Amino acid sequence: MSPQPTTPHQIRRRMAATTPVLLALLLLAFVLAATLLGDRATARMAAETLIRVTLVVGFWIFAGNSGVISFGHAAFACLGAYTSAWLTLQPAMKTLLLPGLPGFLAQAHWPVLPAALAAGLLAAALALISGAAILRLSGIAASIATFAFLAMVNTIWANWTPVTGGTSSVVGLARYVSPWVALGWAVAAILAAALHAASASGLALRASREDEVAAAASGIDRYRHRLLAYTVSAFFCGVGGALMGHFIGVINPDSFYLSLTFLMLAMLVMGGIGSLSGAVVGVLAVSLAVEALVRLEKGVTLGTTTFALPPGSQEILIALAMILVLVFRPAGLLAGREIMLPARWVTGRGTSNQ
Amino acid sequence: MSLQILFDALSLGGIYAIAALGIALIFGVMKLVNFAHGQFIACSVFALILPSADAVAVLGLGALPAGLLIPAILLFGAGLAVLAEAFVFRPLRNASPVALMVASFALGILLQNLLLVTYGGRPKAISLWPELGQPVRLLSAEIPLLQLFVIGAVGVILAGLALMLKRTRIGLEMRAAAEDFGMARLLGVRANRVISGAFALSGALAAVVALVLVAQTGVADVRMGGQIMLVAFIATVMGGMGSLPGAVAAGLALGAVSALLQAFLPPEARPFRDAFLYGLVILVLLFRPQGLFASASAKPRV
Repeated sequence: MSPQPTTPHQIRRRMAATTPVLLALLLLAFVLAATLLGDRATARMAAETLIRVTLVVGFWIFAGNSGVISFGHAAFACLGAYTSAWLTLQPAMKTLLLPGLPGFLAQAHWPVLPAALAAGLLAAALALISGAAILRLSGIAASIATFAFLAMVNTIWANWTPVTGGTSSVVGLARYVSPWVALGWAVAAILAAALHAASASGLALRASREDEVAAAASGIDRYRHRLLAYTVSAFFCGVGGALMGHFIGVINPDSFYLSLTFLMLAMLVMGGIGSLSGAVVGVLAVSLAVEALVRLEKGVTLGTTTFALPPGSQEILIALAMILVLVFRPAGLLAGREIMLPARWVTGRGTSNQ
Repeated sequence: MSLQILFDALSLGGIYAIAALGIALIFGVMKLVNFAHGQFIACSVFALILPSADAVAVLGLGALPAGLLIPAILLFGAGLAVLAEAFVFRPLRNASPVALMVASFALGILLQNLLLVTYGGRPKAISLWPELGQPVRLLSAEIPLLQLFVIGAVGVILAGLALMLKRTRIGLEMRAAAEDFGMARLLGVRANRVISGAFALSGALAAVVALVLVAQTGVADVRMGGQIMLVAFIATVMGGMGSLPGAVAAGLALGAVSALLQAFLPPEARPFRDAFLYGLVILVLLFRPQGLFASASAKPRV
């Protein structure tokens, strides 16, 4: 046991350290509830939700700390999904579907975990290169450039048919993503996000988010910290993309385009972009709402009549909810607060004030 | 050949410039990057036809004679933009530019899915003014009549807009608001009037783009505004956020580069034309991050 924290600063740091633990426990409880109480469909919903936690927490590492909205993170998920497909598909399958793959990729038949890591690393490498250009721009202009980046990746993926399969889907990915696999990656993403946020670089980045000029005057090189966060963030989006591919078993470029970007953004904004807990709670809240809407679109029978929402109303309702949140609760559900243990508990004493 | 490229460049660049103006106008007065602009374009396209999920569209408004159709669609675009301002952006008047941008993105998705629900997801064939597709001989080139109309219309619109901004009261107020909104209000510029005016203009410009797109492609697709909106965004960033002449110049430049790429890229690389275009833009921004024509208000002031 480490010595009792004494200064307010030490107490706050220790309280902050409880956040990832509590979030991991929340997700664990969610998975347990879904697998023990629900049916197969509920378990699938839980796995999908936890994949989204990986994606959105990855997204938050950049967007939350830097205050710059990126529209390009779906592109990292796209690269991640295809990397994992290139590495894990049966070689015979690849000569059929993707005849243009270079030799070593065409032969590769990797296990899924190294492939997921490779997916994240390749996405991070792409982020390092593209971010080196994009992040030199100021906030809003950088957002627009990330949008251009997303469109660029989508154009390439939809047309580079020999390597990506073009607009037709790549099928046959091993569907290994159970709720527990997804939980593992979601917790890894949360830990990485908490570590990064508590690091000197994360602090410097948040300082530059609050006041660009004052941070620069204090000697903070905003560009370098942004680039680091962007790269780490892309790693988890790449892994999340790979998980998405192995969850559904089928990938095509359009599943990593505007609707995924919108969903990730909606979850982050509704939960509250100002905190890691906001990102996680946003995913849980929106995913549960989406699940309810999907069931409503299929139709609910009450007595003799069946009520069904028209297809497409799911996005309409999420978009409406997002606008309402922006108007009435601009900081999101959690309003920038973190879920953490109260000071009394972490100090192990009856009082926390000095 | 080269004359043909010149006309391609001018008509494409003209459309890009009109779309970029629609975005820059709104950014100028309220620092909103309007991600719903592409959907204003798509909605104006679909306003031409009757709601149905069939593959061949039945013209509704689009069956009117051109003299009535054009004002009607411009009014529709303007009305849609003004409504969007009143219901979504007015309650967010004091929000940060990032929140505004996210809200406009949500509004865009909302409109897109409303179109999907009412019209179905399949692209529809529309024949609007098919006689404009005829080629005309001009010196050594064969130019579709439509291109000449587009170039002419873009010229008239740009001149009209320039006159309006320079000579009328609302134009003066818009320029003042773009310069310094708080100061303009203190000097008696009515915020709601100027902002509604900017949205109406922007919506009407979106409708112009919609008419040209439909006449060019003969298709109504829910996604059709997206690509042009992206190019327009890039034009506004390259032109220096909020600078209207910059947006027009960058729009024309992008049209020219796009036409040149289309003409000189080897055929197997042509599907990647837009990827080359976006890549080039990121390169340009590496050397001039503030854009080609940065306005004075773009720099943060302490």
